[in-house]
Amino acid sequence: MLEKALRGNKSYFTWIGFLLVLVGMGFSFYLRQLSYGLGITGMSRNVSWGLYIGQFTFLVGVAASAVMLVLPYYLHNYKVFGKITILGEFLAVAAVTMCLTFIVVDLGRPDRAFNVLLYPTPNSVLFWDMVVLNGYLFLNIVVGWTVLEAEAKSAPPPKWVKPLIYLSIPWAVSIHTVTAFLYAGLPGRSFWLSAIMAPRFLASAFAAGPALLIMICLFLRKYTKFDAGWEAIQSLAKIVTYAMIISVFFVLCELFTVFYSQIPEDMNHFRYLFFGLHGHDGLVPWMWASTVLAMLSLVLMINPKTRNSPGTLAMGCVCVFFSLWIEKGITLVLTGYIPSPLETITQYHPTVPEIGIVIGVWALGFLILSILYKVALTVKTESV
Amino acid sequence: MDETRRTFLKVAGLSVLGFGAKPVVDAVAGTGQSKFERDPKALNGKRWAMVVDQKKCLDAKEGCKECVLACNYAHNVPDFGNPKDEVKWIWQTSYEHAFPGQENPYIEGFVKDSLKGLPFTVLCNHCDNPPCVRVCPVKATFRRPDGIVQMDYHRCIGCRFCMAACPFGARNLNWRDPRPFIKKENPEFPTRTRGVVEKCNFCAERLDVGKIPACVEACKEKALVFGDLEDPNSEVRALLRTHPSIQRKPQLGTRPQVYYIL
Repeated sequence: MLEKALRGNKSYFTWIGFLLVLVGMGFSFYLRQLSYGLGITGMSRNVSWGLYIGQFTFLVGVAASAVMLVLPYYLHNYKVFGKITILGEFLAVAAVTMCLTFIVVDLGRPDRAFNVLLYPTPNSVLFWDMVVLNGYLFLNIVVGWTVLEAEAKSAPPPKWVKPLIYLSIPWAVSIHTVTAFLYAGLPGRSFWLSAIMAPRFLASAFAAGPALLIMICLFLRKYTKFDAGWEAIQSLAKIVTYAMIISVFFVLCELFTVFYSQIPEDMNHFRYLFFGLHGHDGLVPWMWASTVLAMLSLVLMINPKTRNSPGTLAMGCVCVFFSLWIEKGITLVLTGYIPSPLETITQYHPTVPEIGIVIGVWALGFLILSILYKVALTVKTESV
Repeated sequence: MDETRRTFLKVAGLSVLGFGAKPVVDAVAGTGQSKFERDPKALNGKRWAMVVDQKKCLDAKEGCKECVLACNYAHNVPDFGNPKDEVKWIWQTSYEHAFPGQENPYIEGFVKDSLKGLPFTVLCNHCDNPPCVRVCPVKATFRRPDGIVQMDYHRCIGCRFCMAACPFGARNLNWRDPRPFIKKENPEFPTRTRGVVEKCNFCAERLDVGKIPACVEACKEKALVFGDLEDPNSEVRALLRTHPSIQRKPQLGTRPQVYYIL
């Protein structure tokens, strides 16, 4: 089936070529990081995780969101999602691949990455994160590919794939829960030390991932022969709307607890984030951008008129996606470190090589996504 | 063709099983005898700990950094000259950073007058319940039976989960190659590579040859006291018996084993 990705029009190959150039650029920066060390990034003694781990955290959410298609389609027999479930699964494959790549580029000694397998350590959440992420990648590749292959041959999918599909549903929840537990169990990092972290992660994931899928579906509808169907897009839009409302609600819950209890240690992080602390305000514009985008998205998504029109729906989804990208991809990780547990403030500024590597990994994800989607859409449009 | 391939796979499979089984057999049916003999001079403790007697620092000359310098030399701690790459095992800091959340407008006066505004000496607390050990995905950091929280520089993958977990900022990554930045190399202790985490090890390598930690030895005022908390006759126990002492962030439940007498 993969050969279907080798045939395409000029704009397809231009896009692939463009992504390859970005991947190459990212890789050349990564070679520099390998020879110099992680000091080439903006990370420091006090802010020891940065953009890489932020992107990882955000993308775990995008990956987990495939379940929002798989669950209605396979568990509730919601036929409308039949055409696009494969898009969700392949999006998960691309997103988990990016996650794993971000983890590897973040390691000080990537040559020793396999120590995680050689010395399995069940008391470490990172060990479990490795297990669930790789498992989820495997499940989605196998399920997506097998079902698609059956469709290409106009045959029903083999029976053994059904249990794997059912398994992938709780598994999707697990990847984001375990990723939240990376943060939510650390003494002395009060910004992350919150029981609502995992629910918050899941809510924002089920908003950001389907929002991206809607954007992709609207794009494909306009520029290719593939039409996901307006009803499917509308159902996704409702999922995004509810998830976004819940996500904002959870953030407000955090704000209430922190600011009503008035525990200084807990408040300082949020004060740094929203208003700046002791003259340091590096994240303030980002946080307000995220807040404004979230408000705007709620207006566009809750109002049925704007949700039902492709133009404003696309805008709403762009707002959701970038609001949550800022929240999870940038501010969530960094604010945990600012101020430090010793109440010092070290700000973080990503460097050019670091941003180059981030763009390279995103391009790698989109490359995988484009190739998988090309295969899937060729099968879908040919079999009709 | 198929026959030979099958035979090859059989042999290959069995060999992999065989090699894979060796560590298991060693673990289950090993003799348990150490391959190395312990130095008879080695100091043996059941629960190593440190007491910092802050008032004794008063007798030192202003800006005394003997403990820090001794540690930096003993452990080949690099000096990058900038806070971004900084690696430190033991350092001096102000009261509000050593004991954040416990400052108040009046303690400032006490610290200023009674302790002459002295900086506080801080280092890894060698917690009894160390979160850094809990989170490490490869057991590169571990707690020894004598209480020392130790690092294996050859196993660490540089994921920095431990740095996120430590509430005392005691851990450092080598953000770049540290070797060119070691002022004077001590051939007795290994240098590290870029990309691994390091921190204070309570001078485990010195205890093994019968020496007390380098910082304790270097402190002329005897403000740093090292000893075994399980030994009722030890100096640390005597000090804790006769002086009120505090620990850093005891409310987090990590049970830090460095005590401060103000």
